[in-house]
Amino acid sequence: MLQGLFLILVSTVLVNNFVLSRFLGICPFLGVSQKIETALSMGWATTLVMTVSAVVTWGLEQYVLIPFNLGFLQYVVYILVIASMVQTIETILAKTSPALHRTLGIFLPLITTNCAVLGLAILVAQKGYNVVEAATFATGGGLGFTLALVLLAGMRERLEWADIPEAFKGKPIVLITAGLLSMAFLGFTGLVAQ
Amino acid sequence: MNNFLNGLWKENPIFVIMIGMCPTLAVTTAAINGIAMGLATTAVLVCSNLLISSLRNYIPKAVRIPAYIVVIAALVTVVDMVMAAYFPEIHRVLGLFIALIIVNCIIMGRAEAFAAKNPPLPSLLDGLGMGLGFTWALTLIGSVRELLGAGSIFGIQVLGSAYQPVILALLPPGAFITMGLILATFKAVEINQKKRVAGGVTGVARPVSDTSQHSISQ
Repeated sequence: MLQGLFLILVSTVLVNNFVLSRFLGICPFLGVSQKIETALSMGWATTLVMTVSAVVTWGLEQYVLIPFNLGFLQYVVYILVIASMVQTIETILAKTSPALHRTLGIFLPLITTNCAVLGLAILVAQKGYNVVEAATFATGGGLGFTLALVLLAGMRERLEWADIPEAFKGKPIVLITAGLLSMAFLGFTGLVAQ
Repeated sequence: MNNFLNGLWKENPIFVIMIGMCPTLAVTTAAINGIAMGLATTAVLVCSNLLISSLRNYIPKAVRIPAYIVVIAALVTVVDMVMAAYFPEIHRVLGLFIALIIVNCIIMGRAEAFAAKNPPLPSLLDGLGMGLGFTWALTLIGSVRELLGAGSIFGIQVLGSAYQPVILALLPPGAFITMGLILATFKAVEINQKKRVAGGVTGVARPVSDTSQHSISQ
């Protein structure tokens, strides 16, 4: 059991990294990776939302959608759950820990349209995980997202000082850097037999 | 007419505004996938723009975003089912990314920025233009990756059997790198044109990076 969970965690963080090999959450990956600090905050906020919404959508899938044969409503229900989860987490954070809310606050609304969150919920349903596996998968996905984001932010901070050809300045060099990062992560292929 | 043309080039969602990057990078391993993904998105975009624009006077401002999301999610469910029924092969290849059209920023962005303020017909044209702009961008990236990675375009062998395919172009890193190179090429052309137009007049050539400043607002 524990071994299985550990394998799920390692494979979602390193081997099938959400951003670098599944292409989920590219918008924040390219958009919020200028500074390591903001990248880290964005990563934590996303991990939190992903884990909570994966568990909630899992419950709805198992106890509402499947028993009542409402599978066709899956997308509508999931996206509404995610949007309201984000809102709830924001409200709770604002009340209970204003300091944390100040750091993560501006990132929370953006997470609704982060495709990694909806993608994760649908993947969980497709893979037929139980609730513990779903939560582990979600946490792993979030941590992998955070890792990729922080690594890219670190490289972009260095790139500020690099002498880049005119045509590559801005987005092109960021994409190519991301490509090299993704290539490095290819090295993890085969780490976990699936 | 302008509404239609805007999306095709001047405000191309992929190359200029740079939104909707996830499907762009994920499904473009072949030109045909690019077209399929682009057309599926166009269908959703045209319908959602039309519906949202027709309903714009009835949706209360405070709940407009959830209302848009429900409309879009319902449309995507329809497209998903139609594709599963009539094009099972391509549906299997695109997989998760059909569902993820819901969170494609292009659709939400056009709903909020255009359809919510304009009558149905211009909104429809805007959706069509943006959708086709997205489609040709995806097809171009798909063609380049397929050409490099398999030596073919649309499944037709172009480069002959002597060509050693660059498998990397089909792997995830290839998506990022190809996209970066295409953007750099466009930029290089733009810089060249500006130089020619400016013809040595100082102060005319503004920094090119300006165009990509407002890019990823999401």
